[in-house]
Amino acid sequence: METLAQEIGIPEEEYREISKRLDREPNRVELFLFKVMWSEHCAYKNSRPLLKQLPKEGEAVLQGPGENAGVVRIGEGWAVAFKIESHNHPSAVEPFQGAATGVGGIIRDIMSMGARPIALLDSLRFGPLEDARSRYLLKGVVSGIAHYGNAIGVPTVGGDLYFHEGYRENPLVNAMCLGLLREEHLRRSRASLGRPIYYAGAKTGRDGIGGAAFASRELSEDKEEDRPAVQVGDPFLGKLLMEATLEAIEKDLVEGVQDMGAAGLTSSLSELAHKSGLGVELDLDRVPTRERDMGPIELLLSESQERMVLVPREGRERELEEVFKKWGLDCVPVAKTIPEKVFRVLFRGEVVAEVPTEALAEAPTYVRLGREDPEIRKLRETPLPPLAADPKEVLPRLLASPNLASREAVYERYDHQVGTRTALLPGKGDAAVLWVKGTHLGVAAKVDQNPRYSRLHPRLGAMHALAEACRNVSVVGAKPLAYTDGLNLGSPETPEGYFELQETIAGLREASEALGVPVVSGNVSLYNESGGRRIPPTAMVGVVGVLDIRRRAEMGFRRPGEVILLLGEEKGELGGSEVLYLLTGLEAGHPPRLDLERERRVQEAIRELIGLGLTRTAHDLAEGGLLVALAEMTFPYGLGATVEVRTPGLKALFGEAPSRILFTVAKENLKEATFRLEEMGLPYRVLGETGGNSLTVLTPEGVLEWGVEELRAAWQKPLREVLDG
Amino acid sequence: MKWAIVRFPGSNCDEDARFALEKAGIRAAYVWHTERSLRGFDGVFLPGGFSYGDYLRAGALAAKSPVMEEVWRFAREGRPVIGVCNGFQVLTEAGILPGALLANLNLHFTCKEVGVRVERTDLPFTRLYQKGQVLRLPIAHAEGRYYADGETLARLEGEGLVVFRYAPLGGEKDYNPNGSLNDIAGITNERGNVLGMMPHPERAVDEVLGGTDGLPLFLGLVEEVAG
Repeated sequence: METLAQEIGIPEEEYREISKRLDREPNRVELFLFKVMWSEHCAYKNSRPLLKQLPKEGEAVLQGPGENAGVVRIGEGWAVAFKIESHNHPSAVEPFQGAATGVGGIIRDIMSMGARPIALLDSLRFGPLEDARSRYLLKGVVSGIAHYGNAIGVPTVGGDLYFHEGYRENPLVNAMCLGLLREEHLRRSRASLGRPIYYAGAKTGRDGIGGAAFASRELSEDKEEDRPAVQVGDPFLGKLLMEATLEAIEKDLVEGVQDMGAAGLTSSLSELAHKSGLGVELDLDRVPTRERDMGPIELLLSESQERMVLVPREGRERELEEVFKKWGLDCVPVAKTIPEKVFRVLFRGEVVAEVPTEALAEAPTYVRLGREDPEIRKLRETPLPPLAADPKEVLPRLLASPNLASREAVYERYDHQVGTRTALLPGKGDAAVLWVKGTHLGVAAKVDQNPRYSRLHPRLGAMHALAEACRNVSVVGAKPLAYTDGLNLGSPETPEGYFELQETIAGLREASEALGVPVVSGNVSLYNESGGRRIPPTAMVGVVGVLDIRRRAEMGFRRPGEVILLLGEEKGELGGSEVLYLLTGLEAGHPPRLDLERERRVQEAIRELIGLGLTRTAHDLAEGGLLVALAEMTFPYGLGATVEVRTPGLKALFGEAPSRILFTVAKENLKEATFRLEEMGLPYRVLGETGGNSLTVLTPEGVLEWGVEELRAAWQKPLREVLDG
Repeated sequence: MKWAIVRFPGSNCDEDARFALEKAGIRAAYVWHTERSLRGFDGVFLPGGFSYGDYLRAGALAAKSPVMEEVWRFAREGRPVIGVCNGFQVLTEAGILPGALLANLNLHFTCKEVGVRVERTDLPFTRLYQKGQVLRLPIAHAEGRYYADGETLARLEGEGLVVFRYAPLGGEKDYNPNGSLNDIAGITNERGNVLGMMPHPERAVDEVLGGTDGLPLFLGLVEEVAG
């Protein structure tokens, strides 16, 4: 058995630990159970001790980490369930199905909580846009997301997308889903003693076997070999399963719900039992299959999609079966809860595995020594060359750089309105806004992360990710309530990789505490490296906030003659900036410093101005700096502006810094708006006025002017060319 | 007044249709596709979505559902029938409306706001619009390119059965989003009681959702009974 353990990649010390916990040698089936359950994907072996540091409490929190998704209260008895999850490795091998099943999986997580999925956001990272394979992956992933999300009828309302050399071999595909529920419909992964456990949904096949373990190792050179580990998604079945499950929850037919995701039956049943403080006996002969002669290991490990685990309330079993029958789906008891705290598996009448649920659920954790990669430190400390360029040419080039260019060609592929809740369409605001119909409540969501900042300074990069996601949510008028984190990093088994993991989590903690926003769910994807090249540490932070739907802000200039203000200072830095990369090809220097106290107050201020109805147009000033942000505000309605910048040099025009927001007010509101900002002791400047069809910038060095349409054309071209071709 | 919203397996704009109908003051109830009677309903709405996953041709399997016999009866008896997006595809697959909806010329699912010109205002669906008015309505489909043979197309145009046509919102030339013949976005039958259209009026019925150009379509249905 020890030889088999070696073959399937269980380290020697873990094999000894397994034998110790069982007080005997594991058999073949049991060994595979440990293999998948002790994978990083399922067990967080390297990240768990670090993740413990993150603040998880908050007055809005109904359910923190540890369930299928986190849940926050938004008022009037409504709550929002949300979570982000990675599907990186499958997407690298088969982008279309990898992305599609990533979307399907996160939707099932949300409905497991008793919530109706109402919105999807996708956070995508690829290698350079010039690279043919990166373009192929981008197209495949976008098509896969569209395929699944559009058909199942959950709108894709936002996300973020970056191109960076560091993702050339290891693209990232993270999907976030939000669901809406009444507080009383909240369900968890729980079962009481002696209850039958039902298997519902699609039949089990041989697809995706060992996917969880696959996600927890480096991609091999020959990716073709990995194909059987990629699952295939069926959004039509997913839709039927979603409606049937939600109907069962609404009719109060079930006491517990659990998605069957990574590590299939093994993970869903053993975790359900463990969380309930019970054991479970699974009869594999009752599992609906679509292939013949499947063995116990295949049945236990299959990651066939569109499957759920349901625990009926006592006496409601028949009704539950009827609901699923109506939707044309299998719904059969395959297991039952038992008092002995073991995961017992029967196959053809024999016990083929029996292990303590705790032994499976509580994998050993690792605390390692981290050490910063000296190369990264050198990059950060590199003195930056002086930049010389004509700003007239820089702006259109920046707008046409892949990381700043219009995402319209992407989001046009997604149905972003189905469900009639989308109050702020993609491209119209800094965060998506969903309306809770029948109320004045709105839910805002945004996911953010900047690979350049994170690579140069993992801790600061993670802080920026949370701060910017919160800022974007605040800029539409919503108060951030909590976040979900998708941590994507390289191998924790190298000191450099572990350091980045440590620092990323430390940065999240710091920002989380300062901004008062707890984490309620998340996902960890490690081993994103090939040939010794790690991806930049990538904490994709998805923030959810709540607002009064009547008081929301868009990003586009709408009314001529409004005054444009800058909340924050007229200064920018070049370290890790897009303009530095554009003009020199360098990714170097120290990313902009972040004063979290200032950040918190700036966000409060813009929320107050929007809440008072003083402004309806606001935009985060982010990558690309002041002029890029101003240009972005002219695009939605084609209305131009004239502004004055007092600080000379490219740095003021294109440099980057956090805690800055652009907004407009009607002239009659100017006095009150500035009075409020002065009262809060925040710096601001009146920049100019909206109007016309060009962007005119008076600088100490002269007047710059661009037609809005000319800038828009440059901005739209790059992704249109790739995706419409 | 009470409308039936047919739910096929895979319908996903059912909730949106209900929202719009109720917003106009019309009672609406979901009807499962296996239902054989629509007695008691004044109209029937076939919503958008991906019925049966659209794995064969969009709408082809739904067109064979048991409930479609009743939809046929409504169409014959002059009762109002609306099919939007996938619902339009179902109506053409069932032969209730002529022509077919082919893959968009760009070969992609496309979701965006388009201009839609009202060609007829003598129908219950359009009585509250002005002739020639250009509405802002969202589209969200992969197979919305209206096609019919030359003879059928000539008949549609000759008898004035084209209700909605794609049109520029602000002078743009590429206003036809899918390559539909004659820019056709929606048609009716000879009797004028069946409407099939690709754009989604039910998504444009509230200021919060970014527009209200779809609302008069639903309000017009109410007036019909009142008048």
